[in-house]
Amino acid sequence: MADNEKVLIKGNEAIAEAAVRAGCRGYFGYPITPQNEVPEYMSRRLPEVGGVFVQAESELASINMVYGATAAGVRAMTSSSSPGISLMQEGISYIAGAETPAVIMNMMRGGPGLGNIAPSQADYLQATKGGGHGDYNLIVFAPSTVQEIVDIVYNAFDVAFKYRNPVMILADGIMGQISEAVSMPPMRDPADIPDWALGNGKNRAVIKSLRLSPDDALAAHNKHLQEKLAKIRKEVVQSEEYKCDDADYVVVAYGTPARITKTVVDALREEGLKVGLFRPITIWPFPYDALKALSDRMSKNSSSKIFVAEMAQNQLEQDVRMAVEGKVAIDSFNRLGGVNFDEEDLFDFIKKSVK
Amino acid sequence: MARKTLYKKTSVLTDKIMHYCPGCAHSLTQKIIAELIEEMGLQKNTIFVAPVGCAVLLYDYIDCDTVEAAHGRAPAMATAIKRTRPDHFVVSYQGDGDLLSIGIAETIHAANRGENITVIFINNAIYGMTGGQMAPTTLIGQVTTTTQKGRNPETEGYPIRACELLNTLVAPYFIERVKLTSSADVIKAKKVLKKAFQNQLDGKGYSFVEVLAGCPTNWRMTPADANKWVDEKMTEFYPIKNFRDEGIVKEASKC
Repeated sequence: MADNEKVLIKGNEAIAEAAVRAGCRGYFGYPITPQNEVPEYMSRRLPEVGGVFVQAESELASINMVYGATAAGVRAMTSSSSPGISLMQEGISYIAGAETPAVIMNMMRGGPGLGNIAPSQADYLQATKGGGHGDYNLIVFAPSTVQEIVDIVYNAFDVAFKYRNPVMILADGIMGQISEAVSMPPMRDPADIPDWALGNGKNRAVIKSLRLSPDDALAAHNKHLQEKLAKIRKEVVQSEEYKCDDADYVVVAYGTPARITKTVVDALREEGLKVGLFRPITIWPFPYDALKALSDRMSKNSSSKIFVAEMAQNQLEQDVRMAVEGKVAIDSFNRLGGVNFDEEDLFDFIKKSVK
Repeated sequence: MARKTLYKKTSVLTDKIMHYCPGCAHSLTQKIIAELIEEMGLQKNTIFVAPVGCAVLLYDYIDCDTVEAAHGRAPAMATAIKRTRPDHFVVSYQGDGDLLSIGIAETIHAANRGENITVIFINNAIYGMTGGQMAPTTLIGQVTTTTQKGRNPETEGYPIRACELLNTLVAPYFIERVKLTSSADVIKAKKVLKKAFQNQLDGKGYSFVEVLAGCPTNWRMTPADANKWVDEKMTEFYPIKNFRDEGIVKEASKC
């Protein structure tokens, strides 16, 4: 496919092609539904550009292969879905502790446990509040269209290598299965091996997360990590506001629910209700400041309300509450167990709630 | 009279005092490895993968690029490093808990893919760093802190033989078990390791060297008695031999 030409492509394949174009030359993964198109695409595509594809023996191996490749300065990624991502948490903690980059795609399915293979957003807290052990954060992007997947994946390797921090792209299963017209960015050459990486040819590299001595080495390292994360909070945060300027009611949603909400916003506005959508694009860092400014403005109208629409039980809502600080009433719209909602469900819920 | 230098420490070894206990085979193995890296001119080009356990501080002693692996995952990391940076010499250096217990899947699958890496396996039949618990290679009847009446096969199963297990696979190129209890053994082990290194440089594929190692501290023995225990007890269950060379099975496996 030519650069910038519109092509119809499935979300999962778009992830893979955008990664290759961003200079990704290593993919390591283990099959799990609903993201199998990613490894399948990579298995044929990466060898064409001199890249490496390995079907790993497990998600444990996958994430540690990514750790190995990125520790050696190579742009590499893995993808999986909820149970597989749970298995990767130890490796993700090591990567964060060792300050190597990584790009990890979680195409979420219903849980807990084996759950089902239907779309879900129930890994929000795992992705944004930890998941593995220790004080660290992933940079988490939450796309809501296939074009946005492409743009985010294309940028994700730059972000991961700039901050030497793992980046997760968190999407519900629909995002992987939906096909949309997108324009693909141009093919980039793989970046040079950074000075900190193994085999950089300039200085000796030791990549590690164990810090036993001196006694305060781990404390100092944690301080450094927190300073880095504070910088990321300022520099990476992104959100979108849709018809929020005059809104009395705002729905906060990301991913597929955000797309559905846009239609609902338009339909409710036709009924004379001033409704808007606030959509976090990064969920770590969460756009607290933008949502706080919006809710501060809304709080002047005592009947205003914020809705949180998610395919999870009050997970996104926890961040919304932190931003809103109790100044505006919050109503939750939750769909659990890999069950999506349609426009009428949310439309009726909001109409009923604002009566 | 002018003095002649007959022996000096390789510059690939750092000056840091090793944390290994007296009589521990890690220090001797790492010395041999460092000497080979110097002799074969590999220092600038080598990447070590050292996982959790007594192996983990290898980067303090061998002056080469090194990455620390999570427990059991060194062969997965080594796979990715070698595949994405094939011009580098990649060594995975692991203990028994790491290689045969928590990381047995990574061990088998890296070998089964015939990854062009060198895996060095330190088998001391016990968990050293955590204080002497049962390892997958702990011998029947061997007392550890978690088998205080001795390893009982009815409840703890039997020790696993790594070389024999890997020798059932098609892909590996070289598999050998060595020990370090006499000078002759050390000289032999160095030759074996050199072969395992050269195989990778020649692009031959997966080479595996198991080193039977004493752990006097956790075995509650003197270093001399630990050596004797390796010679008498360990080699009985873990025979010293080449299992496979140039991809040809020398010794059919009885796992």
